[in-house]
Amino acid sequence: MPSFGAKPGDTTSSRSVFHLWQGFSIGAVVIGALVLALLGYAVLRYRARGEAIPAQTQYHIPLELAYTIVPILIVFGLFAATLVVENREVANPPTKVTINVNAFQWGWKFSYPGSSAVVVGQTTQDPVMVMPVNTDVHINLTSTDVVHGFYVKAFNFSRYALPGVVNQFTFRALNTGTFFGQCTQLCGLYHSLMFFKVKVVTDAQYQSWLASFSGNTSAAYSSSNALSQQLSTGVATKQTLSSGAK
Amino acid sequence: MTDLLERPAAAEHPEPAEQHGPTGLLKWLTTTDHKVIGLSYTITSVMMLVIGGALAELIRAQLTSPNNTLVSFAQYNELFTMHGSVMIYLFAGPFAFGGLANIIVPIQIGAPDMAFPRLNALSYWLYLTGSITMLLGFFTAGGAANFGWVAYAPLSNSLNTPGAGADLWIGGLLLTGFSAIFTGVNLVATIFYLRAPGMTMFRMPIFTWNLLVTAILILLAFPVLTAGLIMLYADRHFGTHIFSVAGGGVPVLWQHIFWFWGHPEVYILALPFFGMATEIFATFSKKPVFGYKGMVFATITIAALSLGVWAHHMFTTGVVLLPFFSIMSLLIAVPTGIKIFNWIGTMWRGQLWFSTAMLMAIGFLVTFLIGGLTGIYLASPPLDFFTHDTYFVVAHFHSVVMALVLAGMGGLYYWGPKVTGYMLNERIGKAQFWFLFIGTQVFTLPMYALGLDGMPRRMAVYPHDPQWKALNDVASLGALLIGLSTVLFVVNLVVSWKKYPAGDNPWDAQTLEWFTTSPPPHHNFYRLPAIRSERPTWDYNHPEHRALGHGTREESH
Repeated sequence: MPSFGAKPGDTTSSRSVFHLWQGFSIGAVVIGALVLALLGYAVLRYRARGEAIPAQTQYHIPLELAYTIVPILIVFGLFAATLVVENREVANPPTKVTINVNAFQWGWKFSYPGSSAVVVGQTTQDPVMVMPVNTDVHINLTSTDVVHGFYVKAFNFSRYALPGVVNQFTFRALNTGTFFGQCTQLCGLYHSLMFFKVKVVTDAQYQSWLASFSGNTSAAYSSSNALSQQLSTGVATKQTLSSGAK
Repeated sequence: MTDLLERPAAAEHPEPAEQHGPTGLLKWLTTTDHKVIGLSYTITSVMMLVIGGALAELIRAQLTSPNNTLVSFAQYNELFTMHGSVMIYLFAGPFAFGGLANIIVPIQIGAPDMAFPRLNALSYWLYLTGSITMLLGFFTAGGAANFGWVAYAPLSNSLNTPGAGADLWIGGLLLTGFSAIFTGVNLVATIFYLRAPGMTMFRMPIFTWNLLVTAILILLAFPVLTAGLIMLYADRHFGTHIFSVAGGGVPVLWQHIFWFWGHPEVYILALPFFGMATEIFATFSKKPVFGYKGMVFATITIAALSLGVWAHHMFTTGVVLLPFFSIMSLLIAVPTGIKIFNWIGTMWRGQLWFSTAMLMAIGFLVTFLIGGLTGIYLASPPLDFFTHDTYFVVAHFHSVVMALVLAGMGGLYYWGPKVTGYMLNERIGKAQFWFLFIGTQVFTLPMYALGLDGMPRRMAVYPHDPQWKALNDVASLGALLIGLSTVLFVVNLVVSWKKYPAGDNPWDAQTLEWFTTSPPPHHNFYRLPAIRSERPTWDYNHPEHRALGHGTREESH
């Protein structure tokens, strides 16, 4: 089935969003092609020839009913498919891993409850959110100042970081790799530079990464850590995203 | 059975007994004539279109390369904020319900003027002062408003956005908001109380119907925005904490208030243009509007649903009931689809005359189809999570609003001769159409691809990526083509200036405004035909070609 411009992404949810996207796209293409074909036919076929006045037909009740009722059925079909994907996506199953994400002007802070691991980064240094693969990861998202948007393209997902609200959702990454993230909601002067990265690693790597923070009580960007050093070098590019997606 | 009046040719109309009021500049400043006010509205709003367009060209120029330094980050935020604000608040609405509706609706229903002519004048002057107020932000020390045209709290508070530009934005929007409310009052009163004898509700042209529904939506939605703006101003200057967490307020409340106005506003903008396109399709197909009553019910349904869909702009806030707003939003596709099929039904088996106005209307239909279909995705929360705040959304609503621009240009070519008495040059008009139509697709289609590839909106710079740069360059080329189409329009105005006299009914059109002279006299009519359907002029000119009900066939004569 064609992708219609979207990608399956790297989480369980992103896959179902992708399939929903395909379903909507098939509907859109079929309906769009039908309307364009009818319009094209009318434009080519009924170009004025002479001064004759055409039949002044104004109503065709069965036809009008048909193009009222059929779209209603299509809409309820789309809604049903939406509900299936949405209920799965917004479900918050109990998880073993939780990450608190705090957005601020203009950067991100990722902290890991139950451990001293904290990653902070601003416009000059993209912070990296490390998470284990094939594990449900619970995210608590909030903002300290204005509204921000937490968006990971490879996860086909975004959610606002709102001041005074903790938004909760769950990711289950299917592949290891580094994925590109960014603030999508206008948040002031340096909105364009508010990037982050998501590094999906194996469980063993994740545990050793967490362990490397033990004893380090200060909440700071830990450049002493080997893996974060490795992560912090290199510029966030879409190439890393697409290579991660494959 | 009917007493049809003989209609004298334009030249034989008696001169008005006396000249009403002053002439020249004083006329424009003191008039209460809905046609002059409407023309002032049209001219001012087209100037706003040019200003908003110029801001757009700057935005597109900045995006031609990833780390462009043409404008600073701060200036870029001002550019897209004011581009959106000018286009939505100062162009699209005022052009439709202040401009063309103001001129055409009273004539379409056989009224001598709007119900409250002085209130109508006040509307215009509030609109003009509001527009100037908002634009003055560019001349303040801190620059114009820069928090996006939606002004989300708490970015829009005095801590995050200090400076007079933001206050001028609020003030300008309050003034134009009152102007819209007064025009809404005027349109409702005019349509309910000043219809000519015989002009029953179901004999009103679709354009008038759409404006009635638009006006009711204005009365329901705009006061909410006004209230929200006063709260925002109070938060900024009077120490209230309505939208700030620190004082126990709720930032997301602003989004609720804004979009409770903002989504009806989408239809406040769109419905008048749908009406324009409907009239154009009927006239240039030489047929009545297909499914007239279905069209009216579809319009009313769209308006009713539009009041219950505001939170589809807020799916990603995580604090709204997703299924309710999803199904309500999806359902809007149904009446909108009815309209699209009715437009095609109007053309079906017609005698299509591809004037500039008709080309613009067809261009509207194609572009609106793209914008409408992509809108359906955004009504589905999971797909909205995926595309929210990316260029996919930007592309979607630019398809929609560019469709409205096409319909509006069609409206100017269609009704311009009625208002001024002179035609516009059709050859330049058709060239303008092709630039505008092709430019629109070249401009919007790459933005869909950019959005799906993850480019967020409102970015002054973007990561180095050859594909993103290429897509942005194509979009900028499209914007340039659209800009050139506007230049062609201005050239056409100059070239055609008082050159091609129009006559009363150059298009063999159907509705009542084409019965009177071009331009219509003071108080619009010397005499009226019998009004037995929604197209009295057609019935008068073609008494043997009345509209056929369902199942009836043309009788042989």
